[in-house]
Amino acid sequence: MITASGLRKVYRTRRREVVAVDGVDLDVGDGEVFGVLGRSGAGKSTLLRCVNLLERPTSGTVTVDGEEMTRLRGDGLRRARRRIGMIHQHFALLSARTVAGNVAFPLEIAGMPAAKRRTRVAELLDLVGLDGLARAHSAQLSGGQKQRVGIARALAAEPRLLLSDEATSALDPETTASILDLLRRVNRELGLTILLITHEMDVIKNVCDSAAIMEAGRIIESGKLRDLLVRPGSRLADRLFPLPEASGPGIVTVTYVDRADRPLMSDLTRRYDVDVNVLGGAIETVAGAPVGRLRMRVAGARTDEALDHLRGEGLLVEVDR
Amino acid sequence: MTGTELWPLLSEGLAETLLMVGWSALFTLVFGLAIGVLLVLTERGGLLPAPGLHAVLGAVVNIGRSLPFVILMVAIIPFTRLVTGTSIGTTAAIVPLSVGAIPFYARLVETALHEVDRGVVEAAQAMGATRLTIVAKVLLTEALPSLVAGLTVTIVTLVSYSAMAGTIGGGGLGDVAIRFGYQSFDTRVMVATVVVLVVVVQLLQMLGDFLARRLSHR
Repeated sequence: MITASGLRKVYRTRRREVVAVDGVDLDVGDGEVFGVLGRSGAGKSTLLRCVNLLERPTSGTVTVDGEEMTRLRGDGLRRARRRIGMIHQHFALLSARTVAGNVAFPLEIAGMPAAKRRTRVAELLDLVGLDGLARAHSAQLSGGQKQRVGIARALAAEPRLLLSDEATSALDPETTASILDLLRRVNRELGLTILLITHEMDVIKNVCDSAAIMEAGRIIESGKLRDLLVRPGSRLADRLFPLPEASGPGIVTVTYVDRADRPLMSDLTRRYDVDVNVLGGAIETVAGAPVGRLRMRVAGARTDEALDHLRGEGLLVEVDR
Repeated sequence: MTGTELWPLLSEGLAETLLMVGWSALFTLVFGLAIGVLLVLTERGGLLPAPGLHAVLGAVVNIGRSLPFVILMVAIIPFTRLVTGTSIGTTAAIVPLSVGAIPFYARLVETALHEVDRGVVEAAQAMGATRLTIVAKVLLTEALPSLVAGLTVTIVTLVSYSAMAGTIGGGGLGDVAIRFGYQSFDTRVMVATVVVLVVVVQLLQMLGDFLARRLSHR
């Protein structure tokens, strides 16, 4: 759905240059939810805005749904943007308009006749669960409701791609969960591709199929979430499961997907006569599958054999050296 | 001067004041709005960046704003004569009043439009809105309460300017106050004129506040 290659965005001020996006390649597949994780200032917001060309990249190309966005200007660009929905951290609703008026806005821009607009707005408000609030103004809404309006508005013109700019960062945890559920639902029901940026690991964990970590304008790791988690030295896995610091002989970190229900550790001690001392760990549901990660100290004459056994079971075993 | 003589004087003065203020408010609204919108569009990072035009417009507005109204009124007499064919009278006064108030309102428009959330403008751009749509349906609509409040301030200023216009034969309440009150040492006329002006300003302000409140949904 989205292919970006060699994307660079440089801001020039009088004194110096700031490289916000520094040579990013990105590939977002049809129908997937792709999350870009990074701290503020990492360049993820600029990256997102390069997709619908709110920021024009200094160099590199962006292609959305087969159309090379970076070639477009003027009317062609506006038409292409109408096929891409966007939701915003601070909702960006028009305060002068009602909820229904906000949702109708992109339809007005697209030139849809008023009668058809009304039907479509009603459908959308029903979809996001706001059907009773059509005539309310945004000042009367809670943060979660405002973002629902934002989502309805972004979906109004039936886009195939939705860009989400920190859509849940201004919301409390419960509201965040309900908005993420809604995003997941529209992704499944409408086959919508979603590219989201966030600084919250929870967002990645709960809704994303694929993810990338961005630091200082570069993507340092990217791929399917399940693959990333079992990739040795994965930064994403480190962030998802903060483990206690430990070093020294026998310190081992194991990561396993879909095997949370098997008695692997007791198996180990019994078969190889090793001592297993778990220092920390957790089991999380990532992209719908249970993933576990443990840091432990393994001691005994047959430690290497024991670790090989775990590898044979399909676990990622990383030995601290 | 007796009460029966005072009333026609005041009502005629009031009619002239309202005529001057009304017309110049209309011209100020049209041109001030246009210049204010242009200032915002052409600024760096605006929707239609044109730093050169922006600088020129800004300078013209500043010159207009820094001239004392009494000076401006006299200075543009040739222009006034060109437009209306005369330099004295109520109609002639509308020209300097508009010229004086347009830059003032243009700045207020600029400020009001700057208060519109940049995120909302950006959201509209992301939806593929044209610049015209963004100006009409986002900038002006979102800023409407502030634009109305700014217009109210401008109109009240026009009422006080119009008193000065009275001194060059523009007529109106200012003229009445000076000629029949100040120069004839008639305190009653002076007080009566001031009372009428206070009431007019009060009513205008109340109307403006009411409209701004009605239009705001914050």
